[in-house]
Amino acid sequence: MEIIACIKQILDPDLPPAKFIIDPQKNRVIPPEGIPSVINPYDALAVEAALRLKEKKGGRITILTLGIKTAEDIVRKGLAMGADEGRIISAPDIEGLDSFATAYLLSQAIRKIGKFDLVLCGRQAADWDNGAVGSILAEFLGIPVVTRARDVAALDGKVVVERLSPKGLETFEVDLPALITVSNELGKARIPSGWGIITAAKKEIPVWNLKDLGIDPSQTGEMAERNRLLKLFAPSLERKCEIVKGETPAEAAEKLAEKILERKVL
Amino acid sequence: MAEDHGILVVGELEGGKLASLSKELLGGARRLADHGNEEVSLLLFGEKAAALAPGGIQLGADKVYVAAHPVFSEFNSDAYTILISELCQKVRPSLCLMGQTDLGRDVAPRAAARLDAGLCMDCVEVNADSEQWHYTQTRPVYGGKALAMVGSEDGRMQIDTVRPKSMSPWVPQGERKGETVILSEGLDASSLKVRCLKREYQEAVEVNLEEAKVIVAGGGGVGGAEGFQKIKELAKALGGAVGATRVPVDEKWAPFSMEIGQTGKIVSPDLYVAIGISGAAQHVTGVLKAKCIVAINKDPDANIFKFSDLGWVADYRVAVPALIEVFRKRLQ
Repeated sequence: MEIIACIKQILDPDLPPAKFIIDPQKNRVIPPEGIPSVINPYDALAVEAALRLKEKKGGRITILTLGIKTAEDIVRKGLAMGADEGRIISAPDIEGLDSFATAYLLSQAIRKIGKFDLVLCGRQAADWDNGAVGSILAEFLGIPVVTRARDVAALDGKVVVERLSPKGLETFEVDLPALITVSNELGKARIPSGWGIITAAKKEIPVWNLKDLGIDPSQTGEMAERNRLLKLFAPSLERKCEIVKGETPAEAAEKLAEKILERKVL
Repeated sequence: MAEDHGILVVGELEGGKLASLSKELLGGARRLADHGNEEVSLLLFGEKAAALAPGGIQLGADKVYVAAHPVFSEFNSDAYTILISELCQKVRPSLCLMGQTDLGRDVAPRAAARLDAGLCMDCVEVNADSEQWHYTQTRPVYGGKALAMVGSEDGRMQIDTVRPKSMSPWVPQGERKGETVILSEGLDASSLKVRCLKREYQEAVEVNLEEAKVIVAGGGGVGGAEGFQKIKELAKALGGAVGATRVPVDEKWAPFSMEIGQTGKIVSPDLYVAIGISGAAQHVTGVLKAKCIVAINKDPDANIFKFSDLGWVADYRVAVPALIEVFRKRLQ
C-alpha cells in the first residue's frame, strides 16, 4: 500500500497554562522559551494507523508536512516511528495559511508524489482545532473521505473504517484511493525505537517550494484567505474557588453539601 | 452576479422532532437575518420531516426545504454534501449554519470546498453588526485556551458550524406563516462513495447528558473502571447523570457517550461535580456554562480549581463515599 500521512507541527497542547501567552499585536501565541513544538497528537495517530496498515499489508509510508522552521524534527519523528520517506513543503507565511490554502498545498504535493492508495490525517490540529483540512484535501483530490476513525483495516482495493458517534459505533467501507482522518480512539502512537531514530537521522528529506509544486507564486488565488483573523484573545473563564476543609472527611463533606445546597443548584 | 442573500439553517432531527440545537440555530439565524432584513430558510432531511415544517416556521424560518427522497432518510456524508452544496448553489444564502455535530463536522468543510465559501467551525458566537465585515464569528482554539474572532466579507458565501448552547431558540410564534418546498430528487447511486456496513447504536440513555441539570463526572484521577462505580453512586445520590473526560474514555473506563468536552458533549447543568479531573482546557471548554462547578482532586495545584466555585482537596476514594453518605441523609 502506498500511504501518505500528513502531519503538522504545533505548540505543545500540554503547555503549562502560565506559559500560554498571546501577542495581541500579531494575534499569535508567543512561542514559549525552552518548550519545543510537537507533532500534532492526532497526526501522530495518523502515522500510527499507517504503520499498522504497513505491518499487515506491506507498502510504503510518505510523511508530508508544511514546513515551519523546525518541521524537519517531526518528519524525522515519523520516519523514526517507521515511515519510509518524508517531504517538506515550503511556502511564504506558512503559519498564516488557512485550512483551504493548507489543503491546496498538500494536494499539489500529493499530485507530485504520484500514485497513492490512502491519505491519512489527524481529525484536527490541536492548535487551531478547525478539523477541516482532511475533508477539504479529499475534495481537492477528488477522493472519498471518512472522518474520525478509531480503526482502519485494509482489504483488497478498499478500507474498512470504524468510528464512534455519540450514538455508538459506525463501520464504513470505502474503495481506494481514499482519505481517512484519525481520532484519539485509535489508541496510542508508538514511541520510536533507538534504531528507528538512528536510521531516520540519516535520511534525506527533500523540501519542495511553490515552483517545485508547479504553483506560479504570482497566481496564488487558491491560497488567498477566505476569512480574516481579527483577534486572538484569552477569555477570562476563571472562577473564585472556595476551598472546603474539615477535621474529618465527614465534616468536610457536610460543609461542602451545605454550600452546594445554599447555592440552590440541587 | 446577484449578491448572496439570506441564511440557510441545516436542521437535524432527534427522536423524530426538530433537534434542540437546530432550534437554537433557527433562533440565531432569525436574529442575524433581522439585521439585514433577510430571509431564513431551514433544510430538513427525510420525508417525515415535512410534518415538522410548520414548527420550523414558528421558530423563525420563512421557508422550509425538505429533502424527501429515501436516499436522505439517514445521514450520509456524500449524499448530504451533494444536496447541501447544490441547494446553496441554487438559493445562494450569504450564510449557511450547521450544528457542530457529526453532520456539521463532515459536511461543512466539504461543502465549503465545493462552494468556494468561507468556513468557521465550532463557533460560539456569530454576529452581523460589524460595519466592516458581513459576519464576525468567534470560535474556541488551542483546546479552548483562547478565542479567535474571524471576519467574513460580502461577496463570499460563509459556512459556519455552531457549538451547542451558543445560540438560543426564538419563542415560537404560533400564527407565523411560511413556505414549504419539497425537494423530491434523489441522487445517482454512484455518487455515494462510502458504504455504511453497520451501525451499532446503544439504547438511548435515561438521562441525556446535554439536558441534565446535575452531572457527576470522573477524570484520569479516578484511576480505573472500578472507581467509576463510586462516581455513579454519587450521581444517583444527587439525582444526576454521569460524565467523563477524555482520559477515562480513551482508557475504556467509561463509554464515549459519557465524554464531556471539545470532542465530546457540551453541557450546561446547574451543578457539575468534577472528580479526579485535572482541568485541561479541552474538557473545561465543555462545562463553561455550568452554574456551579465543584472540584474534588487530591492535587491542590490542579488546574480545575481555577475554574471551580467550590473545591475539596482530597482523595476521591475518601471524599466521594463521605459525600454520598451526607447527601443520602439530606436528600431523603
